[in-house]
Amino acid sequence: MEYTIFIILLPLFMFLFLGLAGNKMKPVSAGILGTASLATSALLSYSTAWQYFTTPRIEGVFPAVTPINIEWLRFTEHLHIDLGILLDPISVMMLVVITTVSLMVHIYSFGYMHGEKGFQRYYAFLSLFTFSMLGLVVATNIFQMYIFWELVGVSSYLLIGFYYTKPAAIAASKKAFIVTRFADLGFLIGILVLSFYSKTFNFEALCSGDLPTLSAAAGQTFMGCSVLAWGLGLCFVGGAGKSAMFPLHIWLPDAMEGPTPVSALIHAATMVVAGVYLVARMFPLYIDYAPNVLVWIGYIGAFTSLYAAIVACVQTDIKRVLAFSTISQIGFMFVGLGVSGMGGHHGLGYMAAMFHLFTHAMFKALLFLGAGAIIHAVHSNEMKDMGQLRRQLPITHITFLIACLAISGIPPFSGFFSKDEILAAAFQFSPVMGWFMSFVAALTAFYMFRLYYNIFWGKASKHEHTPHEAPASMTTPLIILAAITCVAGFIPFGEFVSSNGQPYIIHIDSTVAITSVVIALISISIATIFYRKTSVIPERLARTFHGLYTAASHRFYIDEVYLFITKNIIFKHISAPIAWFDRHIIDGAMNLLATGTQKTAYAIRGFQSGQIQQYAWVFLVGTLLIISLLLFI
Amino acid sequence: MDITFQQVVFWVLAVIISVFSVMTVVSSRILRSATYLIFVLFGTAGLYFLLNYSFLGAVQLMIYAGGIVVLYVFSILLTSSESRKPDKLLKKKMFAALVASLAGLGLCLFVTLKHTFLPSRFQEGELPVKEIGHALLGMDKYQFLLPFEAISILLLACIIGGILIARKR
Amino acid sequence: MGIQVEYYLIVSTIMLFAGIYGFLTRRNLLAMLISVELILNSADINFAVFNRYLFPDKLEGFFFTLFSIGISAAETAVAIAIIINIYRNIQNIQVKDIDKMKH
Repeated sequence: MEYTIFIILLPLFMFLFLGLAGNKMKPVSAGILGTASLATSALLSYSTAWQYFTTPRIEGVFPAVTPINIEWLRFTEHLHIDLGILLDPISVMMLVVITTVSLMVHIYSFGYMHGEKGFQRYYAFLSLFTFSMLGLVVATNIFQMYIFWELVGVSSYLLIGFYYTKPAAIAASKKAFIVTRFADLGFLIGILVLSFYSKTFNFEALCSGDLPTLSAAAGQTFMGCSVLAWGLGLCFVGGAGKSAMFPLHIWLPDAMEGPTPVSALIHAATMVVAGVYLVARMFPLYIDYAPNVLVWIGYIGAFTSLYAAIVACVQTDIKRVLAFSTISQIGFMFVGLGVSGMGGHHGLGYMAAMFHLFTHAMFKALLFLGAGAIIHAVHSNEMKDMGQLRRQLPITHITFLIACLAISGIPPFSGFFSKDEILAAAFQFSPVMGWFMSFVAALTAFYMFRLYYNIFWGKASKHEHTPHEAPASMTTPLIILAAITCVAGFIPFGEFVSSNGQPYIIHIDSTVAITSVVIALISISIATIFYRKTSVIPERLARTFHGLYTAASHRFYIDEVYLFITKNIIFKHISAPIAWFDRHIIDGAMNLLATGTQKTAYAIRGFQSGQIQQYAWVFLVGTLLIISLLLFI
Repeated sequence: MDITFQQVVFWVLAVIISVFSVMTVVSSRILRSATYLIFVLFGTAGLYFLLNYSFLGAVQLMIYAGGIVVLYVFSILLTSSESRKPDKLLKKKMFAALVASLAGLGLCLFVTLKHTFLPSRFQEGELPVKEIGHALLGMDKYQFLLPFEAISILLLACIIGGILIARKR
Repeated sequence: MGIQVEYYLIVSTIMLFAGIYGFLTRRNLLAMLISVELILNSADINFAVFNRYLFPDKLEGFFFTLFSIGISAAETAVAIAIIINIYRNIQNIQVKDIDKMKH
């Protein structure tokens, strides 16, 4: 399956080509070129997936394949960094997800970005992002993953700051880059710790479960925890940064300053699940050497999903609602991983998390693209500028409703199946966790339908132009994604992806399923009462729980806390003295050297005056002195 | 105490040389300096005569007094707009130079007078010109054809160089 | 014989330091050149005297003096040519104004 390399290289070449020659081309041809290359990539991925999953299993497991592996940097006998392609169930699944969503976004952007300045640049960046994301998921070793991890960060930075004349976009792109970069430091240290003890970067070797170096290192401890737990925990910090886990989530809502299709691609479907993918990739390690860390990952995911769901209930910017919803759903995935064990029924959580990753990518991309179509129609992100749009935007309305039902967990849409598995896994872990996540699922249904009713029902607002349906280039992706959302739940996902590779037959746990559906329906009904027609209840509630409401709409002041810590503590009390030390002591020493040299030069410059008589003086006095010395001493 | 004629001549010459040397360097008018220089050079020639080096004395008179000083006078007159102005000297600089010179003088005299020279073997009688000529053009040891020729080439170079430098461009 | 070597040396030393004094204080290039002549001359006297008094049977000192006179003539000629050239360029032969190799 050597052709898989082209899946990755095509976007790279397209990025280089569009980046270098794009400005010489017509915008439309640049867009067509980019889309065509990505369509090729997507077809190749589908063929790869088909080929991979139709090859017979070996001992009941789809074998991991490494079609290409190039030794890139060799440092020592054991330490070398390779670049290659690793195909196993999750990476093949990710290839399909990424190319599909990316292709949809490419097509959609034709309509959405039509007439924008820098259209070619936009497509170049999209190609760069797709390339880096694909490189990330097929990484054969942890270091290659890190390289592409950073590339993904860069392209995300470039795309958030696409409207670089808008100060808010610049601030958002910087924030995203700095926060994720800060988290990546943890990842890097984690990589170093892991590779220091295991003497390898290779995922297959790491996850094989019988690496002698790892078993030897398992006993060593550092500050009360085993060193491997430290390494894996630090790796998770990097994943938490990219996947916007609390408290590193602050960049994601601001990242909505980028173009909406970018939000759909990067900040909903693909890049933000990189953290989930990272943990899933090293799942055997977590299970074997750091089960405590895994449990903590689950707790962090649970807390984040609750936090984000509460905040999402009170936001008025539709893209922000979706952003917090994304954070919340990624929290679900981490819960799935965190509560999972290894193999068979214990591995349900792992399978569910991957399943949810897959379905979420589809319906969240659909939601974002739908939001883009709405914004395109009303030229505003605010809910108050919308309302009663269901007649003007029929296709958007239907597809958006499907996505809302899917994320709320209503059968037969895909979200129901994956979320149900996660809830089942959570109940299996502990009833408290199960009910907690069910509550978050209820909140999810509530805020999604709050969003839905506020956009398509509620009170109509006045528009300068009558809102009209988006062009076909935008509605086609919506329809395709909606179709996927409708049927994706029936994919026998456990056949393909499971914790230990053995096929796992998904069977719906009827208790959990009925509970969750009932809860979701109740939430939807509440939302219907509150928001379908203009109602005074939400306002009255907001007044009753005034403190909670204000805090939630300020995202519980997490940003302010960060600002306080960075500005008032770090900058004022740590950075400022260091800066002072640098400017006055370090620079001062250098300046002293320079000034000293200069002063000395000025002082002795007089000796080279060109005045002969002065030279004669020096000569005479010197001679006399030497003579006297010789004579009298 | 008998004072020979030679002693008298020496003392006179010594006084002339000393006085005019000093006057040469302290006179503020450069033309006068040049004139005093002639007297010093004459005095020196006198000393050579006294040493019975009549040939050397004659050369001194011809080249120095006859050639070089004339050259000086010409160039002084050529640059006269500048040279007619009295050469103003800074008091401080003069004083410092005086102190340094006197110190050097004292040092040198101290050394000279302290030193015991070889016994004097002064011979009366003129150095014959024939001997000088043989030494000047001979090629044996203690004969000086090579420096003589070198000097002649040097003088030629100086003529050409002087013309090249001073010519109008 | 009444005249000692030292007497000649004293006279030449006086002449030498008069020349040095002049070289240090005069500001006119020609005056400085005159001082240089004094210095050279004093050295000539010493050579002649040493030859005559201490090694009368040799001629080195004598010839050194002779060549020295010739060289000083050459030196004066070139120096005066240079000074005249300078004068032509900057209308001035003050030594303090001549501190650059190239004008």
